[in-house]
Amino acid sequence: MKLILGKAFKYGNNIDTDQIYPGRYLDMVDVKEIAKHCMEGVDEMFVTNSKPGDIIVGGKNFGCGSSREHAVITLINAEVGAIVAESFGRIFYRNAINLGLPVLVCPDITKKIKTGDILELNILEGHIFNKTDGNLIKGEKISDYIMEIIENGGIKPLFKKITSNKD
Amino acid sequence: MHAIEKILARAAGHDYVSTGEIVKVKVDFAEVNDLYLQTIYSFYEIGGKKVWDKDKLCFVFDHYAPTPTIKAAQNHKEMRKFVEEQGLTHHFDVNAGVCHQVMPEAGVVWPGMILVATDSHTTTHGAFGAFGTGVGATDMAIIMISGEIWFRVPEIINIEINGKPQFGVMAKDVILHILGKLGSDVAVYKAIEFTGTYVEELDVSERMVICNMAVEMGAKTSYMKPNQKVLDYVKGRTEKNFDILETDSDFVYTENYIFDINELTPQVAMPHSVDNVVSIEFAPKIKINQALIGTCTGGRIDDIAMAVKILKGKKINSSTRLIIIPASKEVFLKATQLGYIEELIKAGATFSSPGCGPCLGAHEGILAPGEVCVTASNRNFPGRMGSPEALIYLGSPATVAASALKGELVDPRFSLKEAYNNETNIR
Repeated sequence: MKLILGKAFKYGNNIDTDQIYPGRYLDMVDVKEIAKHCMEGVDEMFVTNSKPGDIIVGGKNFGCGSSREHAVITLINAEVGAIVAESFGRIFYRNAINLGLPVLVCPDITKKIKTGDILELNILEGHIFNKTDGNLIKGEKISDYIMEIIENGGIKPLFKKITSNKD
Repeated sequence: MHAIEKILARAAGHDYVSTGEIVKVKVDFAEVNDLYLQTIYSFYEIGGKKVWDKDKLCFVFDHYAPTPTIKAAQNHKEMRKFVEEQGLTHHFDVNAGVCHQVMPEAGVVWPGMILVATDSHTTTHGAFGAFGTGVGATDMAIIMISGEIWFRVPEIINIEINGKPQFGVMAKDVILHILGKLGSDVAVYKAIEFTGTYVEELDVSERMVICNMAVEMGAKTSYMKPNQKVLDYVKGRTEKNFDILETDSDFVYTENYIFDINELTPQVAMPHSVDNVVSIEFAPKIKINQALIGTCTGGRIDDIAMAVKILKGKKINSSTRLIIIPASKEVFLKATQLGYIEELIKAGATFSSPGCGPCLGAHEGILAPGEVCVTASNRNFPGRMGSPEALIYLGSPATVAASALKGELVDPRFSLKEAYNNETNIR
């Protein structure tokens, strides 16, 4: 898996799925439309200001709240490179892994970086290199089971591989 | 082992499971709500043809019931087509209600089962001793094909609740108090069991309120050991044979918390976080524009009965709108038969058809910037019910009804006492 390089956009604790993707857009199905409202509930300028590959940094419980997969779909289609947070809401984390959005748990990350820092992520090792201040920050390594899903590009390709092996 | 672990072990075909282990379990019942047309697209994308078991999967149209937009209507249309083509045994269309109320009523929830739904509040079914959990569309698509899902066996937290609540203090107050003390991330990736003398005596609907809000602490699932009231409820609705799995006496919880609720007063979660909780005495006397009684948290018959107790023969404040949405068709019908609907309409309430209503900001009472809402629902995140500049206060149905009456956020115990005194005087 290659390194992820992007600018950091830092937010606080408990960024819930209503803030990532407001409920009034839940009837949308077209991913391009869904992408236009990424992070709208917390930062209306995110889509305008961010570039493909940029990295969202959150505090505790990022993605808490609803089970809506739109929250992950909007982040992927807005071409967010990865999410680093101190902890994740469980369903969001699972949805992210399933759809192949890189997520990394890193305690105290919000104290160690600031918005605008250039970060280089090594998801395999769980490392974050802050190119702006030269610090290497260690996050949590991903479990083997989850790594297998990520390495296959998400659960859909993995499921197809498993079921075709059975036939 | 804990009862939750025994449920997972049985569903995985193992004798034993341990914390942290990843197990693949068979799902007893799965539900898709109407936000998730994506499940059907993903089902076909990964090679689905027929669902694994037409008796064990249902769709519930609750978030957009009935549809407010052309897009939502199109989503419903495609889902109905899928339901018909697959010949699903159970289907709950826009006339049914909120999934977490509708499923137990329909007899598809029982102790010891694995219930998975595309809704985070699936923790509700811990009230019945079921393992209920929410997933996203992709996990659900895989269940629809295989009938299986992987879970990490969670750490289990024990929240012991003892005592008897005071007059006017409801289950919602109890769980808001706990949320305020423990925080919205205390149980992320973990399971919560609720125990204690309060829980042992609790009615089905109050058990559902507490387990419903467990997800607001981040919980994967919640559990209450079924009591006689649960067994009577479930046995009246399903032919299914089930047994109660007991937690071993030597089981050790990862965390233990004890709450005594004898002195608890009504609680309110203030904007913009579910754990920003204060006792009503310390809440601001803020003017409210909208009050909501409804949803999978606060739309059951007891909740509507509480509103009647407070509002019977009275009129809500003229600058406040009170929206009441019965959680299901069954609740709506019962409230009609009991004369509740008439009383509440006379008091000035607006009724919407059973479903999620404005809880998630989709329709039926969206808030404008600067508006204040007090609600019996479960989330007060910024923008949850419409404008991010609206303020949402979470409280019990009693607090909501009393606040609608006075036009500001108030302690319901005064309104209840007033209502009680009036009734005694009449007699």
